[in-house]
Amino acid sequence: MIDLATVQAITAKELRDALRNRWFVVFTVAFAGIALALSTMVRPTGTFTHALSYTRTAASLVNLVLLFVPLIGLTLGSANLASDRETGALTYLLSQPVSRVEVLLGKYFGLAGALLATLTLGFGAAGLALALQGVAQETGSYLMTVLLAYLLALAMLSLGFLLSSVAKKTTTALGGALFLWLFLVFIGDLGIMGTSVTMKFPIEGVFFVTAINPLQMFKIASILSIQANLEVLGPAGLYATDQFGALLLPLLLVGLLLWIVLPLLAAATTFSRQEKFTYREARS
Amino acid sequence: MITATNLTKRYGRVTALDNVSFTITAGEAVALWGANGAGKTTTLRCLLGVQGFEGHLTINGIDVHTQGKAARAAIGYVPQETVFYDMSVLETLHFYARLKKTDSGRANAVLEQVALVEHCAKRVNMLSGGMKQRLALAVALLADPPVLVLDEPTANLDVKAQRDFIHTIQQLNQSGKTIVFSSHRLDEVIALGSRVLVLSDGRLSLECPPHELATKLGLHRWLRIWVPAHHKENTLKVLESQGYAIMPNGRSVYVQVNLGGKIAPLRSLELANIPIEDFDLLDGDLALKEENHD
Repeated sequence: MIDLATVQAITAKELRDALRNRWFVVFTVAFAGIALALSTMVRPTGTFTHALSYTRTAASLVNLVLLFVPLIGLTLGSANLASDRETGALTYLLSQPVSRVEVLLGKYFGLAGALLATLTLGFGAAGLALALQGVAQETGSYLMTVLLAYLLALAMLSLGFLLSSVAKKTTTALGGALFLWLFLVFIGDLGIMGTSVTMKFPIEGVFFVTAINPLQMFKIASILSIQANLEVLGPAGLYATDQFGALLLPLLLVGLLLWIVLPLLAAATTFSRQEKFTYREARS
Repeated sequence: MITATNLTKRYGRVTALDNVSFTITAGEAVALWGANGAGKTTTLRCLLGVQGFEGHLTINGIDVHTQGKAARAAIGYVPQETVFYDMSVLETLHFYARLKKTDSGRANAVLEQVALVEHCAKRVNMLSGGMKQRLALAVALLADPPVLVLDEPTANLDVKAQRDFIHTIQQLNQSGKTIVFSSHRLDEVIALGSRVLVLSDGRLSLECPPHELATKLGLHRWLRIWVPAHHKENTLKVLESQGYAIMPNGRSVYVQVNLGGKIAPLRSLELANIPIEDFDLLDGDLALKEENHD
């Protein structure tokens, strides 16, 4: 039985820790600054007017989110349990009347809160800047992009926690997080492109393999919410629109939710079942 | 009351605890004694229910195996070296009070109990080792648990901090708390314990009152005495004539003493008008280690 008061206490502590974390503050300021800059710089091509829009700002922020959010989500998540384990703080925490699942959930929710606050600040600053300049149309697609960014951040945090529950050392966890980030952002895409060309993958195969990647799920869902079709993605995009129609966006949302829940469940299972101390640690 | 029956813990092929059984009654202060790897810390971690084990273990009737959380609620734990999160002393106590489901108002009471009131606003990483250990004790006392489990609590403390800490634990034991602690230090075991469980290679090899431990295990201590260089020869003669086993070492001399006779060699030297520059008391194995370093 999970005690919510315990989870809440650990969540509050993690949230406070994250807000005191120098790197996290730097990321928050950088993300908000870039988002704000994009909101004021992006305008329709070939015009010299200040015809700004939420849609264009959202489209620009999608690329920013694709690069930064997985990095911070994965590293924050992966460093958390592993670093506490390495310093011995985790042993002390677990010697209190708490369960392992409560500890994991408390830590997850705390970091999730901090991460979502960062995104809210960045998107909020950009949105506010647009609103102050009189832009009022297409706020729906902008808010949808924000929601999708939230889901992506939580999915990356879940993956980070899964790494953290397995890794014994912080450096191992961080190394794993960086590799996963590289794989999801760059290597995965290039690999799929190369394999599909050389192996002559059918178009549906290319789409499914691509869409398994949570980053691609976020990207496709964002593009859909911004311009209602996937022409920009080429044949695979056209195939997806044709095959799934209006169901595509809900399916992608469910996919992102699964990327949040499944790694977190796996992390909770691993963390609860693993032997708490190695023999070397237990030698008195 | 704590009851352990056939407590066994394996790490792969290594058996850290092998069918250890013991009973500790309420209000006792029981020391776990043993060399490194004997199974002291493993036993304490089994008591806390933070690692799996075979056998049966209950604390105040609570099965540690199946109700680890409830068992931990009955225990206040002080590790050898506590790693706290980056918070102030008061914030730390409030955080652990929430985990222990205790009124955060208890924080002030335990701060007074461990004499940390004036440091309550300090960040934990600004505290000395002794203060951190007192804070760990304060955290352990937050929910006023009936059992205190201490894992070599004074190992990293200076002499004065050790003395103060032991005094506080003695008072807690006198107030009715059951104390289970592991230690390498004979003086600590004698000062605190009412009974000693000796662990050897994961097995319970001996159970005795603390004052019998030295005799039963053939333990001795070394008194290291520093004398001026020109008194060294005379010092050795005096001590040898008194029948002491001695080991000259540079400007100092190691003298093997029994627990009740630590002062006697110093008195002998004083009577022989040999000035003593300094002295130190060391466990047997520690003295030999120092000898090797020198």
